[in-house]
Amino acid sequence: MLPVSLGHYLAVSAVLLVLGVFGIFLNRKNVIVILMSIELILLAVNLNLVAFSATLGDLAGQIFAMFVLTVAAAEAAIGLAIVVVYFRNRGSIEVEDVTLMKG
Amino acid sequence: MIATLAFYVFAAVLLGSAALVVSARNPVHSVLFLILAFFNAAGLFLLAGAEFLAMILVIVYVGAVAVLFLFVVMMLDIDFTRLREGVQRYAPVGATVGVILLVELASVLGGWQLLPQSASLRGAVAPSTGSNTAALGDLLYTHNVLLFQISGLVLLVAMIGAIVLTLRERKTSRHQNIARQVSQRVEDTLVLVKVGLGAAVTEAEFLRPLPEPAVAPAEPHGGGHGHGGTHAAEVR
Repeated sequence: MLPVSLGHYLAVSAVLLVLGVFGIFLNRKNVIVILMSIELILLAVNLNLVAFSATLGDLAGQIFAMFVLTVAAAEAAIGLAIVVVYFRNRGSIEVEDVTLMKG
Repeated sequence: MIATLAFYVFAAVLLGSAALVVSARNPVHSVLFLILAFFNAAGLFLLAGAEFLAMILVIVYVGAVAVLFLFVVMMLDIDFTRLREGVQRYAPVGATVGVILLVELASVLGGWQLLPQSASLRGAVAPSTGSNTAALGDLLYTHNVLLFQISGLVLLVAMIGAIVLTLRERKTSRHQNIARQVSQRVEDTLVLVKVGLGAAVTEAEFLRPLPEPAVAPAEPHGGGHGHGGTHAAEVR
């Protein structure tokens, strides 16, 4: 069982998710911080899943959180590889230039 | 009581470090605050009874992902002060979106009530005995084994994708060309010069005698050109 009510966990994860979304808007020029913001958003999702899992006594939430963790790790690796290739080609990591890739 | 206090401490540090992640001027500081945020999220997981996930979070995120971020931040030589230029421009938009999202989530939380009959829909009830890790493993390897294998496949594809993306052929790298090595013959690299008796001796000085006329083996690597004439004699 949770030491505090489920609402506390949900509030923390809601604020964390908003911070992540805010970070995406705030750091439009830096892809690395955007990737970190996405990690924060996924962490908020995991917090939600674990809190519900503990409240309802249903372990499926933790299984789900584990898969979210796996996919987040894969996403970070691929994203950082793309950042490295992009920096090698253009010499900067500003997101605004990425529209040049439009056909 | 102590658990409630720990919850508030973990939550406060988590939210504070998350705010610093998105607002830090230096991305290296962002990564370090991200590590702090993950540690405190692991603490929250522990309080919720998800010990295995807490440890996985520390191992996978702090041990692998955060270090990966740190490597990339330090590897790319970027003028970070210039990257922060647009903050004033984007802050109003971001703040608007953030406030709207927060208000929406708060309204959801305020009006949210657990369905009374939803408790009967549980599929994976936590066991009353045994550890969290054993229960997770039991569930994962019996009921969700296909998902487990698919997530392994996702990781494999991500690994191959990252390698393929960042691999590049450099012009200066020295590769071994087996075909060129094998097709190399003695006549290509070695010239034997016959010098008559006393022909190299002059009045003032003389040339060094020829070394042993043994046939030198072909160069083991492909780059051995330019040695052709130097074996015969070194003219001073």
